[in-house]
Amino acid sequence: MSDRSVAVDEAAGERAAYIHIPFCHRRCPYCDFAVVDLEEEPAVVDRYVDALATEIALEPEWAPLHAINLGGGTPSVLAAGQIERVLEALSARFGIAPGAEVSIEANPEDWTRSHAASLRRLGVNRVSLGVQSFDGDVLRSLGRNHDPRMAVAAVENSSSAGYENVNVDLIFGTPGESVASWCETVATAVQLDARHLSAYALTVERGTALSRAIRAGSPAPDEDDLADKYEELVDMLPSRLIHYEVSNWAEAGSECRYNLTTWAQGEYLGFGLGAHGHRDGVRRRNVRRLDVYLSSIEEKRRPEAGREQLDPWARDKERVFLGLRRRDGVRAGRAGAALWDSEAGRRFARAGVVDLVAGRLVVLEPLLTDAVAREVLALAEPQAG
Amino acid sequence: MSDQTRIRNFSIIAHIDHGKSTLADRLLEATGAVAERDMREQLLDTMDIERERGITIKANAVRLEYLANDGEVYTLNLIDTPGHVDFSYEVSRSLAACEGALLLVDAAQGVEAQTLANAYLAIDSGLEIIPVVNKIDLPSAEPERVAAELLGILGGSQDDVVQVSAKSGSGIPDLLEVIVKRLPPPSGREVAPLRAMVFDSYYDTYRGVVCSIRVVDGAIAKGEHVRFMATDLADAADEIGVLQPEALQVENLATGEVGYLITGVKEIDLIRVGDTVTDAAYPATEGLPGYQEPKPMVFSGLFPTDGDEFERLREALDKLRLNDSSLVYQPETSRALGFGFRCGFLGLLHMEIVRERLEREYDLDLVATAPSVEYEAHLTDGSTVRVRSPQDLPDAQVLADISEPFVKVMIITPSEYVGTVMELVQQRRGRMGEMTYLTPERVELHYEVPLAEIVFDFFDQLKSRTRGYASMDYEPGDYRLSDLVRVNILLNGVPVDAFSSIVHKERAYRYGRAMVERLRKLIPRQLFDVPVQAAVGSRIIARETIKAQRKDVTAKCYGGDITRKRKLLERQKEGKRRMKMVGQVEVPQEAFISALRIDE
Ligand SMILES: Nc1nc2c(ncn2[C@@H]2O[C@H](COP(=O)(O)OP(=O)(O)O)[C@@H](O)[C@H]2O)c(=O)[nH]1
Ligand code: SF4
Ligand SMILES: [Mg+2]
Repeated sequence: MSDRSVAVDEAAGERAAYIHIPFCHRRCPYCDFAVVDLEEEPAVVDRYVDALATEIALEPEWAPLHAINLGGGTPSVLAAGQIERVLEALSARFGIAPGAEVSIEANPEDWTRSHAASLRRLGVNRVSLGVQSFDGDVLRSLGRNHDPRMAVAAVENSSSAGYENVNVDLIFGTPGESVASWCETVATAVQLDARHLSAYALTVERGTALSRAIRAGSPAPDEDDLADKYEELVDMLPSRLIHYEVSNWAEAGSECRYNLTTWAQGEYLGFGLGAHGHRDGVRRRNVRRLDVYLSSIEEKRRPEAGREQLDPWARDKERVFLGLRRRDGVRAGRAGAALWDSEAGRRFARAGVVDLVAGRLVVLEPLLTDAVAREVLALAEPQAG
Repeated sequence: MSDQTRIRNFSIIAHIDHGKSTLADRLLEATGAVAERDMREQLLDTMDIERERGITIKANAVRLEYLANDGEVYTLNLIDTPGHVDFSYEVSRSLAACEGALLLVDAAQGVEAQTLANAYLAIDSGLEIIPVVNKIDLPSAEPERVAAELLGILGGSQDDVVQVSAKSGSGIPDLLEVIVKRLPPPSGREVAPLRAMVFDSYYDTYRGVVCSIRVVDGAIAKGEHVRFMATDLADAADEIGVLQPEALQVENLATGEVGYLITGVKEIDLIRVGDTVTDAAYPATEGLPGYQEPKPMVFSGLFPTDGDEFERLREALDKLRLNDSSLVYQPETSRALGFGFRCGFLGLLHMEIVRERLEREYDLDLVATAPSVEYEAHLTDGSTVRVRSPQDLPDAQVLADISEPFVKVMIITPSEYVGTVMELVQQRRGRMGEMTYLTPERVELHYEVPLAEIVFDFFDQLKSRTRGYASMDYEPGDYRLSDLVRVNILLNGVPVDAFSSIVHKERAYRYGRAMVERLRKLIPRQLFDVPVQAAVGSRIIARETIKAQRKDVTAKCYGGDITRKRKLLERQKEGKRRMKMVGQVEVPQEAFISALRIDE
């Protein structure tokens, strides 16, 4: 294993924060995030930003943050001033460590040169662009508001505004997307020289318009098609882009620190509608209803909807389950060793799906990660002695 | 008590749905055995399933008092018979308790295969037969034509045929008169040692075994000691009575009478239907001619879909058997389906009824393996092994040849379908026998066909190819050598017992192909390619591959997702726990079950 894997494990010791900006121009048919329709609630944005600032102030003090992620929804719909308020609140409450990653998710149609530049001036240094595809037909099937030209422009605007790290977010396997179209999309992303690439198989989440359409007879994403496209992607990407997680590639040093923290079972604060946090070994989640969120914040109550604290064994299994998504694998520890010694573990090893290398459990076939994770999570605690 | 000359013991015999139960209801009503307000439809069919399916599966006897036009009161004992081929042995034992029979035919349908089969049984038993045409109220009724068909079988003149509508009641008074006038009274010896025939028995939770009996010679009195001659079992006649149709205890049953008998015997297996009851103190020297025990003809494995239900299945079978001595079963283990029972049935309907009763009355969820017949495997050392399950077939090295049971099939069809029927029978390896024109339009065909070819969908095929016009009946024939092989289904090289089947050599490929295709679709993809093969011995005759699974990963796992993803994976794993391992292959129980259910 490289030194990187160790560096990457250190993400477990970093402190991150996630801020959820729930607003979108309209809901995409495949999306099941906590989303608020901007057209229906334009007036609420300022109130929401105030609430975020209050919620941040309600959180007990912590040390300076290493990674901040403004996610959504569509954070790029916020005005620079609104972003500034949020960042200031974070800085005032916790401090922001020097060299911290400050990342925002943006939809190409919002990512104008001037908007990109003004956010950059506020200290935002990474942008994750919801490009999804460079094929207009695929974008239409996905119900997106932008076209391929806007997507290309958004990447270029990021570079010219001086973003250190630009991520291109892609979706593959949309019914109707050909393999050729997908390869074209990948080639375009590579040409644009993005430092970071996320490529997600289209997933049918329950309760979405997509899942209803499929139940009514529309074509569903196909396992073989998804696997073919994934393999094409792996083959096509240049070596400068290192495959570091199931669906993520980056140049060395440009991995997303916020996400690395997540997969290392590290701690992060979550603010905003439906946001999740993980602090002092407790996972907490916020309410998903906007009115409930706003009113509890305005009454100075934390808008908590639930929390979870795992016992040490379950926690170790969770650590392995999360870490297995990384191509460098995860320090085996108790749960990893238990898997390796189990019947299922032997089956995976024989089939060439997992390996144990220098104390790290590694999934060799990233497309089968869940098969392994399922077995990990089902392990009974080995008796001591 | 009563004098034999005023007793008439008779059955109604008919093809299914020609109106036997309805006619019985009318006779009960007309003789005042039940007041009209108590009349439920099909009073004699007691079991729920019978009511719903409209088939009578247990013979019932009821006593009617009839005031005839001659001013005398007659005792009419109506012995109901089942109307399906699986239960023909029950028909013959009912007939053994009678002197006469009403041969009932639907005026719109005419003579059908079971009409004929039952008529032959009645003729062979020496009964007086009254031809009755039913459903004359139907607009499509053709009573004249149908009467002519009946006379073609029985002889006699148009005047001998009684025409009724069991639905409206028209013709019923005439029919009662004809019963009294034309059917002979019993002619047993009144002064003689008791001889009573047990023509049915059932188990009652509170009273133990209840026997239906027909007194042939002598009389039986309450409290006297009786002996069952075949089993040599002696006990007191604790209770005797008649069904009117509700039970009425009596002090004695005289020569020629029909009623029930309860002794101290609590186990149904100890009572043999067909046995003769005699007086323990003054026994008869010879029993009455009995009849053959029914033999199971069709075998199938029954497995609870939930492995924990095995014991409940055993208890349920034990209980069912109390009233159905023709049901046989023994434990069986299947790699694919777990623990269950190999059960023997009289036929397909019997199998279906048993399964339905188990599922409904005992709330079990079952899966049945494909029905099989009993083969005879002849070994090279000259011995013979009976094979009721494909797994029991000895290895090819020691196997000389295999014979299979044939049945004699009788089919009645409109003549325009003769060609269609012949084609079907030929496809099923049948051999043509006699062919008789009942009328220019209707033909009676006789064939010998392997039972195995009948048990699947022969009946349905016959019905659909003749637009429902043909009817059939069959009786056991002999065993004959056939070119049979066992097709094994292998999953990743491991045989899956539940899918093995003994089939004719020419069918092996088709069976194997169908099965491997079916399983390929039903079994989820695994970590590696899984071959699904059909093999005869070591020769692979069909193959499909379940391609290795390629993608089993959630695309995204972000910070807000961890708990939900973890729980999802845990739930999915829970689902996989219910999988059966066949070698290295994980198979959901549902896949086995669906593969077996597709035949239905
Ligand atoms: N129209 C008409 N229908 C009848 C008559 N007798 C019986 N049926 C109907 O025919 C069907 C079969 O009758 P059922 O007594 O169950 O026949 P089983 O199978 O011989 O016992 C039922 O739907 C009856 O209602 C009749 O005289 N006229
Ligand atoms: S823009 Fe993103 S968050 Fe908003 S609805 Fe579409 S997929 Fe969901
Ligand atoms: Mg009936």
